[in-house]
Amino acid sequence: MDPYALKTLNAERRARRAAILVTDLGDGRDRVVREGDHVAGDLGHAIARAFRTGNSGSVEAEGRTFFLNAHLPQPRLVVIGAVHISQGLAPMAKIAGYPVEIIDPRTAFATSDRFPDVALHAEWPEDVLKRQPLDSYTALVAVTHDPKIDDFALKAALDANCFYVGALGSRKTHAKRVERLLALGASADQIARIHAPIGLDIGAASPAEIAVAVLAQVVQAFRSRGLEAKGAAA
Amino acid sequence: MSDSLYLDEARDPLVIAEGWMKEGKDVAIATVVETWGSAPRPVGSHLVIDADGNFHGSVSGGCVEGAVVNEAVDVIDTGKARMLEFGVADETAWQVGLSCGGRIKVYVERLG
Repeated sequence: MDPYALKTLNAERRARRAAILVTDLGDGRDRVVREGDHVAGDLGHAIARAFRTGNSGSVEAEGRTFFLNAHLPQPRLVVIGAVHISQGLAPMAKIAGYPVEIIDPRTAFATSDRFPDVALHAEWPEDVLKRQPLDSYTALVAVTHDPKIDDFALKAALDANCFYVGALGSRKTHAKRVERLLALGASADQIARIHAPIGLDIGAASPAEIAVAVLAQVVQAFRSRGLEAKGAAA
Repeated sequence: MSDSLYLDEARDPLVIAEGWMKEGKDVAIATVVETWGSAPRPVGSHLVIDADGNFHGSVSGGCVEGAVVNEAVDVIDTGKARMLEFGVADETAWQVGLSCGGRIKVYVERLG
């Protein structure tokens, strides 16, 4: 392995950015490919697939055998609001492989009685996100219904390019939210990335069912990363 | 392979390999590149080895690490990468095997 490739790879992993080490098993040469780097042909397709699935493996391309070792950061879920929906969402998401953190400054909501075994912050999102910034391998779900709590986190999630951003509320509620986010400096393109009303349309009625709809949408967003761009190019 | 939320710097094989390199040690990196059947460690897993035979990480549940370390010391000497294959209590190529019944292919290369 090339020492420079190892340094580069570790730097990407420390920064919670996806990277793939591509090794030519014939001559041992290797290089680091970052998400979004352009690689042509069959090798490029295999690399795109590895970024999406996180699966490592060998691929035949251009008459050679390459080993792709995919290093994806652990995806995670940050929930703004220690509400009834979150009580269902936290254990389900954890089982699905998305560790959860819940942020809600209302101490009556954010109690360990209501949320056993969950990383819980009874603080303002501004304070928590300063310590633990959002990133593109984090999903943000805002479910307090309270602009004072949700808005800052939503804007931060758009700026950090979170792979999923969802906000609870009717279309009317969301229209008002859009105005506020524009006033905070978000662009129309950014705002279009917000899933609102939140969750896949499965007719969810109870808080736990809404949690299922939200989790399904988070998984869909995670597993289709990069597909939109490819579709546009095709 | 998924990395944890923040890298476990003390245990991550690739971070350890980088540290060894900075200390001026000779290092080999072994990688699981293929598995068949019930293999204990997924494709992409690493074992890193220094010239004295110290190692971190794993490519199996401890069944074949000894053999990989021996090969790695040779790889560090010669600089030539090798592909190793381990199967069910294999009597032929290696006197070690995977009691789990799986088969794995391990690529061993020198760092630098």
